[in-house]
Amino acid sequence: MTITVAVTANPLMTTIEQLTPGGFEASHPGIKVKFVTYDENTEREDVEKDVATGAGQYDVVMIGPNDIASWAKNNWIVNLNSYTAADPSYDVSDLLPPIATALSSSGSLYAVPFYGESSFMMYNKAMFAAAHVTMPAHPTWAQIAALAAKLNDPSAGVAGICLRGLTGWGDNLASLDTVVNTMGGQWFNTSWDAELTSPAFENATTFYVNLVKNYGEKGAGNDSFNQCLTIMQQQKAAMWYDATVAASTLDASGSPVQGKIGFAPAPVDLTSSSGWLWSWALALESASKNKSAAWQFMSWATSKQYIAYDASKNGWAAVPPGTRTSTYHNPQYLAAASAFAPLTLQEIDSVNITQPGVAPQPVPGVQYVGIPEFEEFGALVSAQITAAIDGQETVAQALAKSQQIAQQAVIAAGYK
Amino acid sequence: MIDTPVAPPQAGTRPAAPLRNYESWIRRAPLVPALVFMFVVTQIPFLLTLWYSFQKYDLNYPTAPRDFPTIYNYKVVFDDPIFRAAVVNTVLFTAAPVILSLLFGLGIALLLNRHVFGRGFLRTLIISPFLVMPTAAALVWKFTILDTTFGLLNYFLRPFGVHNENWIGSFPQATIITFLTWEWTPFMVLLLLAGLQSQREDILEAARVDGAGAWRIFRSLTLPMLRPYLELGVLLGSIYIVQAFDGIYIITQGGPATLTTNLPYYIYQIAFQGFNIGQASAMAVIVVVATILIATVALRTISSLFSAEGMRGR
Repeated sequence: MTITVAVTANPLMTTIEQLTPGGFEASHPGIKVKFVTYDENTEREDVEKDVATGAGQYDVVMIGPNDIASWAKNNWIVNLNSYTAADPSYDVSDLLPPIATALSSSGSLYAVPFYGESSFMMYNKAMFAAAHVTMPAHPTWAQIAALAAKLNDPSAGVAGICLRGLTGWGDNLASLDTVVNTMGGQWFNTSWDAELTSPAFENATTFYVNLVKNYGEKGAGNDSFNQCLTIMQQQKAAMWYDATVAASTLDASGSPVQGKIGFAPAPVDLTSSSGWLWSWALALESASKNKSAAWQFMSWATSKQYIAYDASKNGWAAVPPGTRTSTYHNPQYLAAASAFAPLTLQEIDSVNITQPGVAPQPVPGVQYVGIPEFEEFGALVSAQITAAIDGQETVAQALAKSQQIAQQAVIAAGYK
Repeated sequence: MIDTPVAPPQAGTRPAAPLRNYESWIRRAPLVPALVFMFVVTQIPFLLTLWYSFQKYDLNYPTAPRDFPTIYNYKVVFDDPIFRAAVVNTVLFTAAPVILSLLFGLGIALLLNRHVFGRGFLRTLIISPFLVMPTAAALVWKFTILDTTFGLLNYFLRPFGVHNENWIGSFPQATIITFLTWEWTPFMVLLLLAGLQSQREDILEAARVDGAGAWRIFRSLTLPMLRPYLELGVLLGSIYIVQAFDGIYIITQGGPATLTTNLPYYIYQIAFQGFNIGQASAMAVIVVVATILIATVALRTISSLFSAEGMRGR
């Protein structure tokens, strides 16, 4: 029997595809696994088409926390509680609680995490030493702006900070939304009034846009995770605020900046922490005809055994981070990833997904609004933010249009 | 849908004698499978789109009532400022690349029509942009040529005092127009070169003997002769470029703001980011109706030009 698995294109997914024949298929004769790999946005679109129409092209699909609530409600994916209960060796209580909560709906687990991440600040230690500045242990955004101003050196082609400006709700909005949260803003209040033109949201956006315009990398409107990763590796920026998973590439053996990067928590303003929360997780499609085989693969791919097997082939620093408490108690892992592993765990643990900001919000979600309509109106708003960063609009103009787009979307969808 | 005049009408061919009924049907019979196939793959999806456009059909809400029939989607589309912006952008991203690629195409075709060393090699080089997959070409433009930090354009302009210019962010519409022009110029070159090579050498020689200069020959002989080819270029270019999607998806994602959102991209956003099938269908129906109207007028105009040209020239 063959099960089909849809995954996003990402180094850790490439690893599991390589390890599956020797690790899973060898121990589960009779089950073949076929991987279908897409870039992130295409995978989301293709998987949602498949589950929404009940086509059953895939048995196992890779999804994120933002999909859980509505997909569970629509019965597009299977409640996994009975599967984990029947399989004590899977040790579901070992999953990191914030990640497991983000992948649950009404107390039931609907997806198992392949890897998990938060966001934090990365910085070039040599540049900090040369400028005689230090990174505070718990930086605020005001401190980061001051550091960026000092470290920005256009004549040497070095930016003070690298920030995402690329259009996409998973691109520039992910970073910006954490800044908005900690500066007291929010997308919607609990009665679904859009708050994008509130003073707090506008201050936060102005801060972010000015920071990247004045001291950020040039052409930030085209940059997201991968571009900033290259810029940091080429030592063209002194700081970078992005996903914790970046550390495993920057600090990997063979990286041009291995050992040269320092790490600090996500900068804050009014809240005590401000990282985002994300996980690429495996869910079981309701339309799958091979549910038992599919679960056997999902549980293997997210098990302690897989992490140990990956480590035996590729070294401990390269294993999927942010999924299991036991990984962070493993002395070998802590030795290999000492620079960023404890901080990654601390950032993931400190996320409050139901109220990441100052005020309560209508649905859970840190760097996204946890409703299905967000994929569309988030993309439209992120294009407005890019326009502000590129200087095509002022922040006030961009937010006025965004306010209209967001409010219209939730009214049309019947939330308000 | 659109029946395209591929070759200019030949002078001197007499219309064929009318066939008897059954003979004409026997002649058409081999076309029936193609006709059925065309109907299945184009008209049935269109009818479904029409049907969906009158429903509140959102894939995110499989159990919600669809209220068929409703004109709700059409109301939403006509009230939508982004849709109106997309209409304007579509006109801009069709007209500008068609005109520019025709002008560049004409210039390059005239040069390639001369006897220069390595002409065959040059022709292959000139045509290559058309053969590269649009997605791959868009990636090269975005990251290799126009990138602010690592792009070749900024590298070559550095001696001239240009430092880290953010081309895509500062000139998004010009970027898309440039990309489409670059992509479609070879197509125009091919078309116009075919026209130039059908030009008879003895006529040109006669003109030269009569004392006509190069400009006069171009103005009075070459250009009128090329006219049907230019018209065909406008028609085919518009049909193809109006659907431009790859470059916008890769290079600008429709932004910044909505500056590069054209209709195909916006319909894609509504259908595959919003999963609002009803609203996307309504947009598609509006676009099809508008395109048929515009194409009919344009085709009439162009075919009348053709016949006028045919009468005058021969």
